[in-house]
Amino acid sequence: MTQLANYFASIGRTTIEKVVAIGQASLMLFGALFAFPKVKNIGLTIHQIYVVGVQSLLIIMVSGLFIGMVMALQGYTILVNYGAEGSLGPMVALSLLRELGPVVTALLFAGRAGSALTAEIGLMKATEQLSSLEMMAVDPLRRVIAPRFWAGVISMPMLAIIFSAIGILGGHLVGVDWLGVDSGSYWSIMQSTVEWDKDVVNGIIKSIVFALVVVWIALYKGYSCVPTSEGISQATTQTVVYSSLLILGLDFILTALMFGIS
Amino acid sequence: MTSRKAEILVGFFVALAIAATLLLALKVANQGMAGSGETYKLNARFDNIGGLKARSSVKVGGVVVGRVERIYLDGADLIPVVELQISSEYKNTFPDTSSLSILTSGLLGEQFIGLQPGFIFPEDLVSIEEDKVCESADLRQCPYLTEGEEIFDTKSALVLEDLIGQFLFNQGSE
Repeated sequence: MTQLANYFASIGRTTIEKVVAIGQASLMLFGALFAFPKVKNIGLTIHQIYVVGVQSLLIIMVSGLFIGMVMALQGYTILVNYGAEGSLGPMVALSLLRELGPVVTALLFAGRAGSALTAEIGLMKATEQLSSLEMMAVDPLRRVIAPRFWAGVISMPMLAIIFSAIGILGGHLVGVDWLGVDSGSYWSIMQSTVEWDKDVVNGIIKSIVFALVVVWIALYKGYSCVPTSEGISQATTQTVVYSSLLILGLDFILTALMFGIS
Repeated sequence: MTSRKAEILVGFFVALAIAATLLLALKVANQGMAGSGETYKLNARFDNIGGLKARSSVKVGGVVVGRVERIYLDGADLIPVVELQISSEYKNTFPDTSSLSILTSGLLGEQFIGLQPGFIFPEDLVSIEEDKVCESADLRQCPYLTEGEEIFDTKSALVLEDLIGQFLFNQGSE
């Protein structure tokens, strides 16, 4: 009997913990959202854009180039059977702009920048830097969390655009320069197929949503981690796992809303 | 707080993002700026352009010599007019009597314009060499296709439904 009671108690405890965590995360998000950096502190955000955006640039550009090249190679070998290799351009462009650009950028961003954010803030918490800030009457949400949050949300759409552009150029490199697809039909069919508001803007909206999710999870996991070395390592792992799963799940929902049932 | 290097790199990052957006806007989504090199313009009227699109290629025996600049409907006759940009490399090459037809590359491929070069009367050839009419201001005298000229001999795109209809009609009359 006591065992059964304990079982239900544990279910209740977990539920309360989850709800509390969601509440805390929402409070933190609220704090960060409305602590938009003041002009005086804009330097902090710019520095974070450097850490989060510029330092992710290399991995984003290299992956974009290779993904575009692989897509052109794979697409060509299939399309050439039907004499439709002219459709290589729209195939590469649409899949990059609609799906691969936002999604792969977000996954790489979660691995490259999200984990770093969690570890940094977790270590700040473990070494009681956040408490010291509070002691000095400096709001850590405003000083530490908000610049990182905004830097992430600003950087990721830019990274996704760069990713897609480089991927399309990589597809051009393989498809046109190596495999001999006509350059004019690569661009012309792409231009007549790709629509600015439907494809490009929806891709950007996707990447803004992913940016919010990844940065939110990364910052919350760091902010709420158990302040030990083990706790930080767990929080970092959870950041990458949760954000990757949420990105893929949200991507399906967003795709269904944007391109699915019309 | 913020080092100068970081500021410069962030500026570079933003510039790169803007460049990528411009690439997507001009080159991928919309009609970009025209292709490279000098060109001259030709017009042609078709009864039916089928699936021809702006920036489709113009080919002579499979060699790309130009692009379709734009396609519009003639206000008076309601006939599609196709504006072609031919590379200046092929200036004074194609005779006035050349014909255009809309062809399809492969079974599922895109449509393009095939240019079939015509002929030049021998006496015209002589007059070119003597009078150099193609270098004078009055290009109308030139037996070659020149800037702004219209090609009259055009063949429309094949429409499958019309073909089948014609076939059935012929069968019925036999």
